[in-house]
Amino acid sequence: MIQIKDLHKSYKMGKNSLHVLKGINFNVEEGELVAIMGSSGSGKSTLLNILGMLDSSDSGEYILDNVPIKDLNETKAARYRNKFLGFVFQSFNLINYKSAAENVALPLYYQKVPRKERQEKALKYLEQVGLKEWAGHLPSELSGGQKQRVAIARALAAEPKVLLADEPTGALDSKTSYEVMDLIQKINDAGNTILIVTHEPDIADMCKRIVHLKDGVIIEDKKIEQVRAEQYV
Amino acid sequence: MFNRDRWKEILEVLSSNVFRTLATSFGVGWGIFILIILLAAGKGLENGIRADFGDIATNTMFMWSRNTTMSYKGLPKGRRFSFKLEDVQAIKDNVPNLRFISPRNQLGGFGGGNNVVRGLKTGAFNVYGDYPEIIRQEPMTITSGRFVNHNDIQDKRKVAIIGDGVKNELYDQGETVLGTYVKIQGVNFMVVGTYQKKDDGGGEEGQKEIYVPFTSFSQAFNMGNDVGWMAITALDGNSISKLKEKIVSVVKEKRKVHPDDKRAVGYFDLYEQYNRVESLFGALRWVAYFVGVLVLLSGIIGVSNIMLIVIKERTKEIGIRRALGEAPWSIKKQILMESIFLTIISGMIGIVFGAAFIYGVNAVLDSVGPVDMFVNPSVSLGVVVSALIILIFSGLLAGFIPAQSAIKIRPIEALRTE
Repeated sequence: MIQIKDLHKSYKMGKNSLHVLKGINFNVEEGELVAIMGSSGSGKSTLLNILGMLDSSDSGEYILDNVPIKDLNETKAARYRNKFLGFVFQSFNLINYKSAAENVALPLYYQKVPRKERQEKALKYLEQVGLKEWAGHLPSELSGGQKQRVAIARALAAEPKVLLADEPTGALDSKTSYEVMDLIQKINDAGNTILIVTHEPDIADMCKRIVHLKDGVIIEDKKIEQVRAEQYV
Repeated sequence: MFNRDRWKEILEVLSSNVFRTLATSFGVGWGIFILIILLAAGKGLENGIRADFGDIATNTMFMWSRNTTMSYKGLPKGRRFSFKLEDVQAIKDNVPNLRFISPRNQLGGFGGGNNVVRGLKTGAFNVYGDYPEIIRQEPMTITSGRFVNHNDIQDKRKVAIIGDGVKNELYDQGETVLGTYVKIQGVNFMVVGTYQKKDDGGGEEGQKEIYVPFTSFSQAFNMGNDVGWMAITALDGNSISKLKEKIVSVVKEKRKVHPDDKRAVGYFDLYEQYNRVESLFGALRWVAYFVGVLVLLSGIIGVSNIMLIVIKERTKEIGIRRALGEAPWSIKKQILMESIFLTIISGMIGIVFGAAFIYGVNAVLDSVGPVDMFVNPSVSLGVVVSALIILIFSGLLAGFIPAQSAIKIRPIEALRTE
């Protein structure tokens, strides 16, 4: 699903150049649930941004679902993001003047899905995350866990190839974190490929594979026995 | 364009901070309001002055003879001369593009003594000897009977057309006028018509005139071939101002006046006066547009500013949308439409208030009676349409910079968590 070869990225900060990613190589198969771990400054967020086509690499190869991702202009990147990727952010990033259902329907709107179908799909995915009754509520009327579940529903709505989650539990208490992870695991069980950036070991243990980043290189890449989040809920 | 979701969003964004939206739109509304008022005021002045000109054929000059001031061909200076009837033909032959040339003679005049008698009643009136064409140059409404015609000219009939003012002085109320006789300087003329002139500011004077055929006038009052003055109208599309030099020089040559003698022939170029007024209106309109558009411009800058702030506030939201896959041009379109929508709505409000204001002014004008040189201030549909075009254009202008800065936001920067 994802092939990355010798990926480099450096940021210019004044006269100094900060080499953040120093040759990343890794592949993700369909249906995997990967945790990308590392302390802050390890380059994990940069990697996720490049994977999410929110940032570009300096050199290296990135192939997503057999499509080489390079030389993107903004319009093309937007189309690829919409088609291939679903995002879940630490701070939820819901649009606060739109209801839960409207937020979920947003990626479908950019796909020019007809209005009726959009609403049906949005409700379907809200139901999947257990928030159907909250469809008409604004994000400000939802709890943190609920917001994140709406965000997950939104990420799923476009039926992306890969779900990218940047610290999805970073702003949640541990009980809600496990609820969200339980949801993510179930989505993964249904066959979705998911990448999670996290620095919490217990969250990482709930994935099927852990990629450890340090100072811009992968120092560890291991498959693990998944801890089910269900038991904590 | 007619996308329900897009419009919903525009309304959501604009109604999220109602006070700010209102304050912003006030600038544009005010600009259009001022523009409309200025244009209406200009139009009112224009209408007022045009009303003073009335229906007079404005492409007209009047020409009369004076004393010569230069000796020429053995004739002394200070000579008194008069136009002759054959001069009319000479002008017709030598100057093209003229519509009417009306030679005129006149008796009486302002402050003259009584010159018209009917029975026991007398009065002092202007008496004109005229050709039938004069009615086209100096419009009047025939209220009964007829005006001078070519048979009258041909047969030198002693007929007269009298004004309502004359009728009031010489006739009793309800008395038959047509077919009766009035004695003008001792010569009887039969009244065959009455007229009324549009009040041109000269009060009753315009109604106290008597028109008789030119030829009968010449014969009855011993004018011979003399012509007192001429009213000359050019064909539409030709300016009499350009032809007048030629006309004057033709007459000078016929009357043996030195070609350089500027004071021998007097004339009044109505068209030049009219044009001067016309160009004044043009300038007024231009000033109105200039001032109005400048005021509007400050409103537009206000809108643009607010849009920039809105985009700053929505940076994160725009980042999210970009991450979810919204194309840059779609965001740009959204911003531009918000801006155009805001400008048009506020502009419409400005137009409505402007129209209401003009309506109010008209109502006041109606109730206090006519005001000098100011009639029916109004704006035409054309002005409203051009105001709308200006609005759409300014909405685009106001939205352009913010929209450009909105698509410059890179999603990664927008999403960078605090």
